[in-house]
Amino acid sequence: MYPSRFRYEAPQSLNEAISLLHDGGDYAKVLAGGQSLVPLMKLRFASPELVVDINNVPGLDYHRADPDGTLRIGALCRHADLEHSGLLPATQPTMAAAAPLIADPIVRNRGTLVGSLCHADPQGDWASVVVSLGGSVVAEGPAGRRSIPLADFVLGPFENALAPDEIAVEAVIPAATGTRAGGYLKLERRVGDFATVGVAVSIETAAGDTVTRAGIALTGVGGATIAATEAARALVGKPLSADSIGQAADLAAAAAQPRTDHRGSAEYKRHMVRTFVERILTRADNQAERAA
Amino acid sequence: MTMVYEDRGDEAGAGAVPMRRIRFTINGEKKIAEVEPRLLLSHLIRRGVGLTGTHMGCDTTNCGACTVLVDGKAVKSCTMLAVQVDGRAIETVEGLATASELHPLQEGFKEEHGLQCGFCTPGMMMSAKALLARNPDPSEEDVRWALSGNLCRCTGYQNIVKSVLWAAAKLRSQAPS
Repeated sequence: MYPSRFRYEAPQSLNEAISLLHDGGDYAKVLAGGQSLVPLMKLRFASPELVVDINNVPGLDYHRADPDGTLRIGALCRHADLEHSGLLPATQPTMAAAAPLIADPIVRNRGTLVGSLCHADPQGDWASVVVSLGGSVVAEGPAGRRSIPLADFVLGPFENALAPDEIAVEAVIPAATGTRAGGYLKLERRVGDFATVGVAVSIETAAGDTVTRAGIALTGVGGATIAATEAARALVGKPLSADSIGQAADLAAAAAQPRTDHRGSAEYKRHMVRTFVERILTRADNQAERAA
Repeated sequence: MTMVYEDRGDEAGAGAVPMRRIRFTINGEKKIAEVEPRLLLSHLIRRGVGLTGTHMGCDTTNCGACTVLVDGKAVKSCTMLAVQVDGRAIETVEGLATASELHPLQEGFKEEHGLQCGFCTPGMMMSAKALLARNPDPSEEDVRWALSGNLCRCTGYQNIVKSVLWAAAKLRSQAPS
């Protein structure tokens, strides 16, 4: 298989890339890791006339924390960079848990987090992680930069809010006000498959172990990433307890909209959402106790 | 390089697409190629350079048989454009052995019976090479993790894992201490 014909440009700067997109209009695509775009082009689900390869644009392969703790992930930061990151384990437990579960090790060498968010696959793992953390995408176009919360960035399956001449230059995870805990669990039939069920949980706790912020998001159990906001709300304002964990798990399971398919029955998937929420929060609770 | 593409009648949009001249090295040899942007890296290696050790299995980013190293990183060559290796270094399975000696990975697969049909083997070896460059003393778990993007339908993986561990031990014994 091979893609239909296209013009290829490999600009050396962001400005050059943006002006190429501006001139290329609706028929241009940005190529970063290419682990979704190239397969789509080979299957002719995508047939752009112009491909703007940003791999030669310097300074986009970072992930770093600002002094206040805000995490920034550049457009060329690969999944493998996040998997082997020294920065994430201490400060970003949900992201650190998710990175080794994206696709497979070879794909992780090329694919990027920002590209995954742009691809907007309703089955994508990173979208749930970023939604649970209240993250956003920074887009740059001819008029400058704007920040778009992920919930507004993803318009629908495989559809994002970028203008044709905008590039998603980084993803931003806001700084935690308290201590961050959480995780990502994914049930998959084999490495590299889409999630049968994926659950991202991110919480922040203040002094006295009171949960001050919580985010729960679900992958693979609906036509889009599901933000289980009621489930998250059930955790806030008190320390974690068996009661609050059970309540959040029940509400998350209720928020899921699973369908029976070759990966499992709707009932099974709903059950796994409940199990995963409970498992992540129970681990977080145990870790907090050990730390205290 | 000349590639023959099927005329599907959906090529009108792009108009005349210029060929691109790229320079790269493959297994240490410098090359220049004229390629159409849509040419895949796997096709450049197999049909352009003529190195058919890199196998095309699924052609859908699943199986890992086409795995090669680009600047030392394992990539699925069916999922990268040939134009993207301009200025980069490619390593394929043909680069492992010297004229007279097998690479320890190849020896390991021989000693531990790490293959049956052999179709996935080149990809397995290139993934393993990237692992051993990063981690010369991997655990069994590390090896299984590193090879989890490469599918084998014959062996059940047991002997492949043993082969990589065998090669790791041999490479460590050869390393200057």
